[in-house]
Parts: sequence; C-alpha cells; structure tokens
Amino acid sequence: MLLIDCPCCGLRPETEFRCGGQAHVARPEKPVDVGDQDWSEYLFVRANPRGVHAERWIHQHGCGRWFNALRDTVSDRFVETYPMGGKPKSTTTEARA
Amino acid sequence: MLDDSLYARRVSPLDGAAKPASLPGGVTVRQLKPEARFSLRVKAGAPADAAGFALDQKINSIVVRGGRWSARLGPDEWLIGGPEADAQLIAEEVEATLRDRPHSLVSVSHRNVSLEISGANAAIALNAGCPLDLSDAAFPAGSATRTLLGKCEIVLIRAGAEPSYRVEVWRSFSTYAHGFLVEAAFGLQNAA
Amino acid sequence: MAQHFRLPSGGRIDRSKPVSFTFNGSKIEGYQGDTLASALLANGVHFVGRSFKYHRPRGIMSHGSDEPSALLSVSRGPGRTDPNNRASVVELREGLVTKSQNHWPSLNFDVGAVNDLFSPVFVAGFYYKTFMWPRSFWDKVYEPFIRAAAGLGVAPDVPDADRYANRHAHCDVLVVGMGPTGLAAALAASETGKRVIVADEQAEPGGSLLHASEETIDGKPAAEWVKETLAVLDARENVILLPRTTVFGYYNHNHVAMTERVTDHVVDPKGAPRERLWQVRAGHVVIAAGSLERPLVFADNDRPGVLLAESVRVFVNRYGVLPGRKIVFATSGASAYQAAVDAKRAGAHVTISDLRLEADCGPELAKARAAGVEVLTAHTVIGTVGAKRVKGLIVAPVTGAGAIGPRRTLDCDCVGISGGWTPTVHLFSQSRGKLAYDEALDAFLPGTSAQAETTVGASHGDYDLARCLTAGYAAGAKAAGSAATARFEATPTLKGFQPVRVMPTDANPAKVRAFIDFQNDVTAKDIKLAVREGFQSIEHVKRYTTTGMATDQGKMSNMNALGIVAGQLDRPLPSVGTTTFRPPYTPTTFGALVGPARDALFDPIRTTPIHDWAVEHGAKFEPVSLWRRAWYFPKAGEDMHAAVARECKAVRDGVGVFDASTLGKIEVVGPDAAEFMNRMYVNPWLKLEPGKCRYGLMLKEDGYIMDDGVVARVAQDRFHVTTTTGGAARVLNHMEDYLQTEWPDLNVFLTSITEEWAVIAVQGPKARETIAPLVSDIDLSPEAFPHMAMREGRICGAPTRLFRVSFTGELGFEINVPADYGRAVWEAIYESGRKFGITPYGTETMHVLRAEKGYIIVGQETDGTVTPDDVGLAGMIAKAKADFVGKRSLARQDLVASGRKQLVGLFADDPSLVLEEGAQVVADPNQPIPMKMLGHVTSSYDSPNVGRSIALAVVADGRALMGTSLFVTTPGGFTRVSVVDPVFFDAKGERINA
Repeated sequence: MLLIDCPCCGLRPETEFRCGGQAHVARPEKPVDVGDQDWSEYLFVRANPRGVHAERWIHQHGCGRWFNALRDTVSDRFVETYPMGGKPKSTTTEARA
Repeated sequence: MLDDSLYARRVSPLDGAAKPASLPGGVTVRQLKPEARFSLRVKAGAPADAAGFALDQKINSIVVRGGRWSARLGPDEWLIGGPEADAQLIAEEVEATLRDRPHSLVSVSHRNVSLEISGANAAIALNAGCPLDLSDAAFPAGSATRTLLGKCEIVLIRAGAEPSYRVEVWRSFSTYAHGFLVEAAFGLQNAA
Repeated sequence: MAQHFRLPSGGRIDRSKPVSFTFNGSKIEGYQGDTLASALLANGVHFVGRSFKYHRPRGIMSHGSDEPSALLSVSRGPGRTDPNNRASVVELREGLVTKSQNHWPSLNFDVGAVNDLFSPVFVAGFYYKTFMWPRSFWDKVYEPFIRAAAGLGVAPDVPDADRYANRHAHCDVLVVGMGPTGLAAALAASETGKRVIVADEQAEPGGSLLHASEETIDGKPAAEWVKETLAVLDARENVILLPRTTVFGYYNHNHVAMTERVTDHVVDPKGAPRERLWQVRAGHVVIAAGSLERPLVFADNDRPGVLLAESVRVFVNRYGVLPGRKIVFATSGASAYQAAVDAKRAGAHVTISDLRLEADCGPELAKARAAGVEVLTAHTVIGTVGAKRVKGLIVAPVTGAGAIGPRRTLDCDCVGISGGWTPTVHLFSQSRGKLAYDEALDAFLPGTSAQAETTVGASHGDYDLARCLTAGYAAGAKAAGSAATARFEATPTLKGFQPVRVMPTDANPAKVRAFIDFQNDVTAKDIKLAVREGFQSIEHVKRYTTTGMATDQGKMSNMNALGIVAGQLDRPLPSVGTTTFRPPYTPTTFGALVGPARDALFDPIRTTPIHDWAVEHGAKFEPVSLWRRAWYFPKAGEDMHAAVARECKAVRDGVGVFDASTLGKIEVVGPDAAEFMNRMYVNPWLKLEPGKCRYGLMLKEDGYIMDDGVVARVAQDRFHVTTTTGGAARVLNHMEDYLQTEWPDLNVFLTSITEEWAVIAVQGPKARETIAPLVSDIDLSPEAFPHMAMREGRICGAPTRLFRVSFTGELGFEINVPADYGRAVWEAIYESGRKFGITPYGTETMHVLRAEKGYIIVGQETDGTVTPDDVGLAGMIAKAKADFVGKRSLARQDLVASGRKQLVGLFADDPSLVLEEGAQVVADPNQPIPMKMLGHVTSSYDSPNVGRSIALAVVADGRALMGTSLFVTTPGGFTRVSVVDPVFFDAKGERINA
C-alpha cells in the first residue's frame, strides 16, 4: 500500500486515493473545432511510460481534492505531488536521475 | 391543519441496534443524539468565522465553540454542527453571513449518523479498519478528517484530549460501521 | 508412550504442566512449551508423514518455519481444523487432534507408496510430459487424477469457527526478529523514545539464544541476557513486543504485514481472535530474521531420523529432547560441532562425519574431540540405511581430488546434517532490495536497499554472536535517528563451512535419489535433467521441477538447487540468480487476511429508511449495487409472477407506493450552477424555472450515455439532481472531476444528498387523493402543480421537496422527506391510500411499468456504447449549446454512421412467450453460421397492462424495420418476433398529466 503525499492532508494511505490516469491532458477549449484525429487522441491515447509518469490522483476519502503526482512506475516511488493546474518542480529527467 | 396523529416521528437507522454496550477492551460504542449538521462550502478567501463557526482552522481540524462546531475537511469544505433545535437558525445565520460570497450550505442532518467510540483502547479499535495513525502525536485533540473504516467512508473527529472519537457515517452504512466497531472491540482481546 | 527421549532435566519446557494430544488416534504427552515436533520426538516419533509425489516416509527435519516434511492436519475442535501445519511451529495445547497426511489407508501402509517404485517415471516435468494426449483424456482421466493426487492436506469443509482481527499500526522502527540481533536493535531503537514494534515468529522471544548451551553475553548466560533484555523492553511504553508474530510481507513504502497468532496455544480463546493481521507502516524496518541451515544432498537423505544439525541442538537444549541415542552429524562446516558437543553432553553416542579436510577445520575439531566425540574428517556421505527410520549412515573417505575410499556404515538412529547457512533475505528481497552474491559466504546477501530498511546480523551473513549484537544495536539506533553504539562481549561462535552442492558419491548417479526439495520430492537428478532439457532460467527450472514451491517455498532447498543449476550450466552462481521471493514468508491463513470482513461485515449492506417496513410486509429483496431493494411484495400463496402482475395492475388502476430512496441525489449549488449543469448534461438548463423539473441525460466524453435522472431547479442557484441508484457515486465523481480539473473557475459546489432524503413514489390515478390529506403548504391541483413541477412544503409536518414526476406513465409524485421521517411518512401514505387499495410495489413492477412506457434504464437498455439517438432520445439534446461533455463525440464517424443499433419494441408471435434478456436478434434463422447478429433483447416481461409479453431490444437500423419480422434465439430454437414501437401503453401520454 503506497503512502501518498496529498497537498492538503500530507502523507495518507493509498486506499483513500483513486488514480485518474495521465495528468496534463487538457480538455480542448472548443471541442467542436477539434478534428477527428485530434479528438480521438484526446479521448483514447495516453502515455504508459516505464519510469517517471505524471498522473492525476484524487484524495477521494480525504479532502476530496484532485492533484497531480510524479510517480516512478518502476519503483512506485512518488517524486512529488503538486496541485491541479500547477507544474512539477522536478523535470522528469531530473526525477529519473 | 394536519391532524396531530399524522405528524411524522423520526426513526434512526440504529434505533434498537445501538444500545450502549460495554465491550471488551473497555471500549464503549454508542449512537449520539441527532444534531443539526450541514456541509458548508466556501471558496478560497472565506471569512475567519461564519455565524460562530470557525472557518480559518487548518485542514483536518475541528473547532468547538459553545454548542457549535466546525470541522474543516478540505480547503473549501467544512462539516458544521449544532443543536438540532437550532437547525433553521444556523442555516439563516450562515446564509446571512456569507451572502456576498459564492458558497453552498446543504443540510446533511439526516444523511449522517453519529457514533461515538470511547475508552482507553478506542484508537486501537478504530485502527481495526482505519488506516490512519491515531496516536496523540499524529491525531491530537482537535483533529477531524474524512477517512475509511473498513469498507465504508467516515468522518473521524477527536474533539478533546480524552480517548473519545466521533464517527460520522452515512446512514445506510451506519449498521455496518456500528457492527464493525463492536467487532473491533472483540478483536482487541488477547489470550488470557 | 512416556517421553522416553525426554532428557531428565533442562530445556525451556514446563515440566509441571503435562499436556496431552493425539497423533493418528494415539494419545501422546508432552509439556507446556513443547511444539508438536518436540513432543513427538520426546516420544520417539520421527515418521510423521508421506511425501508429496513418491509417498516416501518422512520425518521431522527442523525445529522451525523451514520445516518441509512434517506437515500435519491439526484440529482444535469443530470448525477449527487446518491442514499442512508444520509440526515444528505448532505449540502444544491440551486436546489437539493431529493427523499425518498424504497416505491411504494409513501412514504405515500406504498404497500410494508404489509411486516410489515407479520413480523413474515421475521425473522433472512429469506432468507436462505425461498429461498431453489424447486431448479427450484431459477432462475424464488426467484432471481428476491430478486433482486427487495433488495437494497436501485436505481443506476444511465447514465454516471457520474462529474470529480474526485486523489492526493498522504505525511505528518509527519495526524490528523483525527477536534473536540477539533483533533484541539489540530493539534496545537501541527504543532508547530514543521512538515508537518501536518488535515481532518474532516464535512463541518465545530469543531466537538462537534460547538453545544456547555455553554462550554468554557480557558475562551472563545467554538465556539470562534475553530475560533481562525483554524485561527492559517490556517496561518501555514506546515498545510493542509481539511474539508469535510472523512478518510475512514487505510491501511498498514500508507497509509491512504480519500475522499474530493470538489464541491457538490456549484451550479456550474466550472470544478473543485466533489471529490478528497487523498492517504496520514503519519509518524504518530493521530485518534481523536470522539464517537457515542448509541440508546436505546425498542418497536417501530424506529418511525419518535425518534432521538438520542445528535442529538436533535445539531439540536437545531448548526442549530437553534427545532425537536419537546414537547420532551421527554429517557436516561440511563448524556449527554442527557445537550441536554434537551438546548432544554428547546430553548423553547421546555421537560421531561427526565432516567433508572438510582436517587442515580446513577450525577450533571446533579440537573442541569436539576433547568432549569425547569421534570425528571423521574428509568423509563424504554415500547414503542412509533404513526404511521408516534411519538405521545407519554410509560414509566413505574422500580425498581432496574427489577419490572415494571404502564405505563404512555408522549405526545410528538419528542423523544431523549441515551444509552451511543461508541468510534469510526473503523480506529484504520482497522490499525490492537488490541481492549481492558473497563468494566467501556462498550466499546472497542484502545489497542495495530500495526502502528505509536495514538488514543486519545473520540475515546479513554475520554469524558471530558478539558482532550480531553490536551490529544490531547500531542498526537499531540508526533506524531511530541516533548514532549510539554499544559493545557486547560474547562467546565466539563456531562458524565457517565449505559449500557443497551434492556430496561426492561412488554410486551409480542414475540410481541415486538425493533430495534437494523435500516437500516437492525434487532430487538433484531432476534438476540436472531439467537443465539438460534446456531450462536455463532458474525461474523456469523452478516451475518445471517444482523445486522451491509449495508451503515452504524452498527455504531449505533454494541454495542447493541454485548451485546445481549453476554447476550444470558451468556458470558462476550469481549469474544464475535467485527466484523471486514473494509474500507470504510462511503460509498465512485465509482467516487472517479476511479479518472481520465476513458475514454481516463482509460488505456493507445498505438499506433505506423504509426497509424494515418492507421486511415486515413480506417483501422479497434484490441486491442493487450495495443496496438491498424491495423486489416485490408477495401475498400468501403468490409467486413472483403473480405478485408482480397484481402490483402492475394496481398502479395503473388505483395507486401504488414505491421506495425510491436509493436514487442518487446531488445538490448542485452556486451562482454558476446552471452553467455547470449545462456543461454536464445534454439538456438546456439556463432557462429552466425554479420549481420545474427536467429529465437530464448525461454522457461521457466519448458520447455514450452514462446516466440519467430527473433534475429539479430548487432556486436560481440550486439544483436537486437525481441519478440512477448504481450511478450515484460515479456521477458525483464525474462531476467533481470536471469541476475541479477543467472548470475550477466555476462557482459551484456539489454535495451528495442521496441519504439526506427518503424518496417515496406514489403512482397511479389515485395518487393525488392519497397524499392530499397529508400535505400542507402546497397546492396539489393539476393547474397549480403540473407534471414535471417541484414544490417545497410539508408532508405529515415534515419538510418535503415534492416532485410531480413519473417513471410509470401515471399521475405520480416522488416525495422527498428527510430520511429519519421516511418510515413515518410512508406509513401515513399507506394508511391514507388504503381506501384506494394502495399497493406497495417493488423494483420488478417498477421495471415492467417503465418498459410498458418504453422508458430506458441506463445499464439495461444501454451498455456504455449507446448514444442518445440510439435510444430515441436525440430530442433531449440542446442543439444550440456550444459544448457539453460528450457533444463533440456525437459527431464521431462511428456515431453518425448508419447501421447503429436502435431501440425498438418486440412482440413475439406467441404472446405468452417472454423472450430472454440478452437473446440475440437475427433476420434469417436459416443463414449459415456464423450468423449476422442484428442486436439483442434488453428488457423482456409479461405485461398485465398490455395483456401480453413485451420486449425492448436494440437492433441495427431498428427504427427502419418497424412492422417487419425478425427472429430471436430461445432455449428451444429461434422464434419469430415483429418489430414494434417501444411505447406499449398509453402512447399519447395522457395519463401522466391527469
């Protein structure tokens, strides 16, 4: 069971959280203007890296807030967590080092 | 006028089931009397106080003032409570105070059932299903947070220093939560 | 039997407390403090089971959790029987009923033992080679045979009578093991005041110090040091000492799982749990789990009476039991000498046969000889003599070059074998730490840690007592953030061994069965065969030969197996690597993992405020997600069909009452509430007036229907949203996701009010008259309160949000009252409606009534690939809206293509035939297989109001097929149906506006 650093609540057990997949996939401002190919990319295509991955998590059974996290998919180590709309401090390359 | 005999009386989901029982480990589990409770949401920039309810405490803590208490569960979320008879008054006062700010006040008095578990081993019993560190250092008096108890979500409140915890649970989960705490007390026992 | 092998004194058993139990029906006596193994040995019982594959006689080999062979069925009473208990770890308790396993009809005479004669057939990969063909043999012959022959004990077939507890705990330092290293670590860590948990799998803390004979620590006898140390630890409030607690799993972020055996050792648990599962989150973990002795590999090394050398020492010193009167220690290292000296002192006739050359031996040699032990150095072991008990050990001199001299048989009734030591790195490896091979120690040692963890002492290949204590202390201090150190004086430990894979032999290698894995009956020959057949990865060898599998997970066998594979491949051992160590370290009961989650606590069962009334009125219930919903209300003598038919008629002819409390409800509040609703639902919301309701349809971003429900606008900035019962949490999460992550600028808040309100649906022509006497502050007249309106007022004095809505097509109300009032208001309505024959109805009738009207149920007519247009709801979409979730996707090529499945009604030619839900629809039943499937039946009922069976279906281009005939599969073959409009009743919708 992972220990996840919620930006609001601090370190809390994984069972209180839910993962929402890849982070920083913004919904297009005007979806009707988006072409079929781009729209299908937005809907269905996600990264699945071996290594540091930016993910969305929600502290479902805690403060109820969504946030972002950098997690190493190999070691399950969390590099950092940061609020929605924010940017990570570490670049993924640094995090991997 | 409605005939007196037609006035509805309240029935709690735990009526009859949750008589205070002395359980192993010196733990007592009981249902608390009905109280007025609201979910209050105010965006960033909330005032320090609304109608006597503190809003400026840090996340995951509770402030009790007189008969009114407010538990901050998230950056823009509070669970507030007060005497049942004051429900209308609380709603009016809070609405009046926050009139000029985007907010939401929704009654959850009937949604939530309040249980109390107390006794020297209460925290250990809670830890049968609650994965949080409930030691005095990690969860001191004045703590309040949403978390899990076994397979249901609860709001766990420790208002004072004594080993007494309030468990707020949605009503349809209350029989489960109550049964879980009673079983947890049995789980405290060791070989004689 | 009278404990003939119990020593007259010594040991840590309590001789004042005799304890009796049965083994295969015979009453046997031991003492408090014994394990089953020590009590059996005290009575001279070595032969306790038959092996898995060959049914060879097997005895007790070890004193601890690595025991591969002595697996017993243990019963502590009804509902308290377990198979596959290691005799070496089960504490003796009055009245235990124990039985040997894997034999028929009896332990002494076992038919399955013929397998031993056919052993050349049962070679590595036997299953894979034999059970291959013919295909038809698999179901009838091979599988039943494998199932009967496989497995060890028999699984219990009655419910477990015990209680199991669960506990989450947090500490700064978790120390695994209470041997010298662990105790020293615990002392140091707790010195700082930090929270420390110390766990050890044995009943008594102390580890190897419990069988120390001559060892002293700081001048005190080792056992005395243990006692004093435990007293110190016990007195510290920041320390939790957990004996009988196996740390079995090391997971992410220092989440460690362990099982505490709470009451197995007492006769009456008095309601206390049998076991307690601890889930510990530790700041730092100190692993001081010790090491495991390796057996020697030689022919017939599996005879009962052959024990690990150190185990002989444990039985002698700790339990006061002499495992044999004439003991030969066969070894390739020093530690067995101490066992020999102790056994000699206890009165046994002792000989040592050491593979090492005299010059390679250390001070142990002189020590043993001084004690009067005969030592044969430079001797190999060729094999054993005996059948159900070892009678002799065949040894022969061997030169450094490997030449073997004349054989000699040493008479004995017990053999202690030692092939050196393997550090217990299981937990370290589970923590994802990287192992590093140490050539000098011939062992894999903990290398780079992956978590906040330190492995120390024998687990780290340190076998000297004083060094273990010193290193343990330092590791404990460091784990607690202190730099404290301590020096310990202790008796030097006899250590060092010469690694050996298979003992040199002069026997025909084809005939030698030298066991590597005693539990799985894997021999050195099997492993060599697997390598010859091309299995080079140790993981493949493991699965092909089964070495290292089953309950002991190869604790004894791993290093020997690895060594043989490396030798066969002629590769260095570290390049072969180890198999992956996975939790649990030792077998864990299902009870401990399940904990309190059984019976009423298996899952929360959610019930409504009206549930008890329904129970009292004979309702049958159905599960809907976690809810239990009233399904139908049979009267005496009615079956489901009759009850539902009656309920269906009653609603349309008079009035029915239905508990809709489980509907999901969300209060959407804030200045931007309407804008938010506009984005989340396909419908238009900005102009909906307060006091009005609208049917809302919600899509996922992919354009498919996700949920639906009636939404009321309570005030300009407040909506009361309803969802499906099963969709409540999903819809709230979906809304919250968009609100927080896509539109955080919107001033709107979401609150679940599912459980704040009980919902009572009163439906039928008499609905208004039924509720009118109870309602105050609301004008119920059709003009003042039309269909799809919502009013706030009171009912029975309780506040209500009264919806005039209908899921039946009748005049209807859905009465929301604060949940605690639900039952009382329900009862008042029931009383009030009596004069109209009010009928409570359940979910089945609700389903039929809505199907009569062609109303969809999300999840029944839809399956996550259905668009609004597919089910005829395209008209709900606010075309003028620039955007809403799912809008863009509705223009995807596949969603606008022809040939999509569309909602239609079906009438079977036979009006009494109720089609099966899920049945496939085809155009031509005579077309060749595979047929072209046009769609499937989604709902199907007998409809009393329509007067025949009705069905809803989704069919490719179905709306263009109105009036045509299609065919539907039934258990009896195809049946013909005609495609009809999906609204079967009151097509003009007049009744709803009454």
